[in-house]
Amino acid sequence: MRKNYGPIYVAPIAFWLIAFLSVPLLITLSYSFMEKGLYGGVELKFSLAAYKSLLNTAVLKVLLNTIVIAVASTAIMVALALPTAYYIARSPVKNLLLMLIIIPFWTNFLIRIYAWIAILGSNGLLNSFLISTGLLDEHIQFLYNRYAIILVIIYTTIPFAIFPLYSTIEKFDFSLIEAAMDLGASKFRALWLVMIPNIRSGITTAILFTFIPTFGNFAVPQLVGGTDSWMLGNLIVRELNITRNWPLASSISVVLTSVTMIGVLFFMRSQSKKEL
Amino acid sequence: MKSSQVTIENVSKRFGDFVALNNTSLTISKGGFYSLLGPSGCGKTTLLRIIGGFEMPSEGAVYFDGVNVLPLPPNKRHVNTIFQSYALFPHLTVFENVAFPLRLKKVANAEIKRAVEENLALVKMETESKKYPRQLSGGQKQRIAIARALINQPQVLLLDEPLSALDAKLRQHMLLELDAIHDKVGITFIYVTHDQAEALSVSDQVCVLNKGQIQQIGTPAEIYESPANEFVARFIGETNYIRGKVVAVTDAENAVFESPEYGKFNIWLDKKVQLGSSVALTVRPEKIRIAPGKPSNLPPDVNVLRGTVEDMIYTGFQTKYFVRVNGAKEPLIVFRQHVQYFMDEKPINWKDEVSVWWDTKDSFMVEVN
Repeated sequence: MRKNYGPIYVAPIAFWLIAFLSVPLLITLSYSFMEKGLYGGVELKFSLAAYKSLLNTAVLKVLLNTIVIAVASTAIMVALALPTAYYIARSPVKNLLLMLIIIPFWTNFLIRIYAWIAILGSNGLLNSFLISTGLLDEHIQFLYNRYAIILVIIYTTIPFAIFPLYSTIEKFDFSLIEAAMDLGASKFRALWLVMIPNIRSGITTAILFTFIPTFGNFAVPQLVGGTDSWMLGNLIVRELNITRNWPLASSISVVLTSVTMIGVLFFMRSQSKKEL
Repeated sequence: MKSSQVTIENVSKRFGDFVALNNTSLTISKGGFYSLLGPSGCGKTTLLRIIGGFEMPSEGAVYFDGVNVLPLPPNKRHVNTIFQSYALFPHLTVFENVAFPLRLKKVANAEIKRAVEENLALVKMETESKKYPRQLSGGQKQRIAIARALINQPQVLLLDEPLSALDAKLRQHMLLELDAIHDKVGITFIYVTHDQAEALSVSDQVCVLNKGQIQQIGTPAEIYESPANEFVARFIGETNYIRGKVVAVTDAENAVFESPEYGKFNIWLDKKVQLGSSVALTVRPEKIRIAPGKPSNLPPDVNVLRGTVEDMIYTGFQTKYFVRVNGAKEPLIVFRQHVQYFMDEKPINWKDEVSVWWDTKDSFMVEVN
């Protein structure tokens, strides 16, 4: 009999996932059903107070804002990444182009956000440029609104859309495009009718890989967003550190995680059905 | 269906320094089954892609019925292609694959249904319309590709090595079916292949290409029986190739040929030749007869050589003998058909002394190259 080493192989990852994913999630879930402690922390008493205060319009407004930003950024990223990935996959210098997309990743995430502050700020590069060319008379604040958040999120997250799209387009059989053109389609219609349906798995992955980090994003709205463009992540931090309402922070986290998970499951289900 | 005459005029195609096609001109007649035959890299696929509109020639022009089609993109030419890989759309059913060109033209649903069913019936695939390409065998995919390519009623159908992915038996079968479909639809077929047996068996005309140059254009029998040069002679079927000189011209049709390896023999002048010029002679292996020892009752007008059986390959319907004539660099190849195997006069074995002979009219002169 051969020994089954399976459990030994999966032990490290199982330990990791239990200790750093399942247990924290369970703690968060149970905190959300408890009473808030006076100076933070929780009282070990069952309570639905946290969920009741979620229905507050201020929280719902943040939720709505988060959804709008996440959906808009994801849509723009996939729309931009598709032609980019196509171009790279068809280019004779694809490795170089891929490298150019990876290089910004060598810079710290926060530094890349601060770079945008330096560009968009009221004394930033963009303002100086527009004023020096006479297009603007006075300084404009481009920062601290929803559009700045979307712009910076797209900048930091778009490689996660480009890479999965690139890998499926690269494997796509382009003789199918020639066949479609041979049968009477223009180049654009051939790509739309034949390539898009056949790279669906890449599009699904690109949507998931961009929507999930955007939905839970905290640093970008914190640094380039204003108080009226808060996202759920900012709310959690405030409830945890400033208001010190841990059950509320936990309940928002639960909502955020659930919305993401339900969305992902629903999306994956609808995609796998189409695969037959 | 309407069919077109295709004229290629002085077409050249270069990829950087590489010359894929060099100043090629040919005319493909309306409704014909025309083959472009040659080894890989000979330019046949490039020529097909130029006709189809997927490649622009560096020089020259392509006419369909006298109209230059070079400015037209593939979707504006009345030509459809069957690709080597079939190029069926994996996300669509068989029905939708065949319907694709009609859907692009926004044809009414009832008309699409009628046309698709008619084309699927043409390739005997009407029962598979709901399947996806991955559920089909290679031969079935091939049929769907044909149905799809014909639904636009092209005037010319281009076939790019369409059978190369099929096994030998199926290939034979599909070839006959292609021929039947060609007879039924009556449009011009341009068939690219590296397989000489395929080209010979179905074509009206064959164009043999090598290194971007046309070597010979002719009917299959002309190409096989009277090859224009060494390349064609060696590429089409097997042959014996003997170099030498014309040493005497007997009359208008006969001459004496001398080879340093085989000595003198009589040849039939299938083309005009200068006395003393270097030529080569090809004799197809099935034209050569073989018998053990020295047969006494040989017919007149034959050339006889004596040699030793160096090797033999039995392939069922025939045996292939390699006969070494004293002093020759290469053995002669001789086929003997087993029409009545058990009654063959005397069996021939390895190392046997044999005589081989052929009718003087069965050899052909080719240019030395």
